[in-house]
Amino acid sequence: MRLQISTQLAIFAVLELAAREGQQLSVADIGEKYGVSSHHLAKVMHVMGRAGLVRSVRGAGGGYQFAGNARRTTLLDVVQLFEDANSVEQDGGAADATPEGQALRQVLSEIDDIARATLGSITIATMRKLVDRHATGNGRQSKAGRPRQRGSLAP
Amino acid sequence: MPTATKARAAKADALRVRRVRASDMANVIALDAHVTKLPKPDYWDDVFRRYGKQRLHERFFLVAENRADRTKPRLLGFIIGEVRVWEFGSTPCGWVFALSVDPEMRLHGAGNALLEAMSAEFKKAGVSKMRTMVARDARLPLLFFRSEGMMAGPYIQLEKDLD
Repeated sequence: MRLQISTQLAIFAVLELAAREGQQLSVADIGEKYGVSSHHLAKVMHVMGRAGLVRSVRGAGGGYQFAGNARRTTLLDVVQLFEDANSVEQDGGAADATPEGQALRQVLSEIDDIARATLGSITIATMRKLVDRHATGNGRQSKAGRPRQRGSLAP
Repeated sequence: MPTATKARAAKADALRVRRVRASDMANVIALDAHVTKLPKPDYWDDVFRRYGKQRLHERFFLVAENRADRTKPRLLGFIIGEVRVWEFGSTPCGWVFALSVDPEMRLHGAGNALLEAMSAEFKKAGVSKMRTMVARDARLPLLFFRSEGMMAGPYIQLEKDLD
C-alpha cells in the first residue's frame, strides 16, 4: 500500500505535534526534518486544521499544535482527509456488472476492509509507542513524547 | 508522598490478577452475558473445567479483581489463553482467546494488567510470541490490543460458507 506524499506528511506532522502536547511547531520545523517544502506542508496543515486535528497559533513563536485526542485519533482519521477510503466502490463502469468484475471487486474489497481495519485501530498514541520502539531499536535514546521547546526537532 | 502518587499506588495495590477459582464463575458468566448479550453457562462450565483445572502449566484462565474492599473483592475482568504447538505450522506460541473487562471499569488498567499477567505466564511457559484474533469491526478490542503493541501477524484467517 502506498500513501500519497500529502498523507504521509500529515501523519508525520501529527506525530511530531502529538509528541509535544501544549507546544507548537512551525511548518518550517517539521518540513526541515522530513525534507519537504513549507509551502507543501502548509497546505496539508490547512486541511488538518479544517478537520480539527491541529490548530494554528498566531504571533511570535507561533506555529501549530495538535488539537485532537492522541488516544482517540486514529491513522484512518488522518488518512481519510487525503485519500479515497472507498476506492473500490467508486470505480463504476460496465465491467463492474460482469461476474468477473464482481469477483474482482470482492477481492479488492477484502483488501480495502483490512486496510481500513488496520488504519482505524492504530491511534496516534499507539503510533508514538511504535515510533519509540523503532528509535530504541536503532540504538538511539528516544526523546519522543517529552515536552520540548518549539523549533527543535533535533534528536 | 504526593496525593496523586498515593492514589495511583492505592489503585495499583487494589488491582490483583490471579488464577480463576470455581467461586468466580458466576461473576465470569454474568460479565460475559452482560458484554455479549448471550448467556452461555454450559460453555463456561466447560471452559472452567478445561482451562481452570487441567494442564495448568500451559493453560491460563486469569481474573482481575478490585480488592479495595478486601471483604468483598469485585471481579473486573478475565483473560484466557494457552500455549499451542505446531498448529497451522507454527512454532509454540501463546494464544489469547478471551479477554473481557467490565464496561463500567474500563480505562482503569484492568485489561492491561490481565494482558501483562498472561504475557508473564506465557514467558514462564517458554514461549516468546503471543497471538490473538479480533473481528475487523470490533473497534474497541482492536484499539486495545494495538495500544498494547500487538501488530498483524504472519497468518491470514480464511473462511467459507458451507453450502
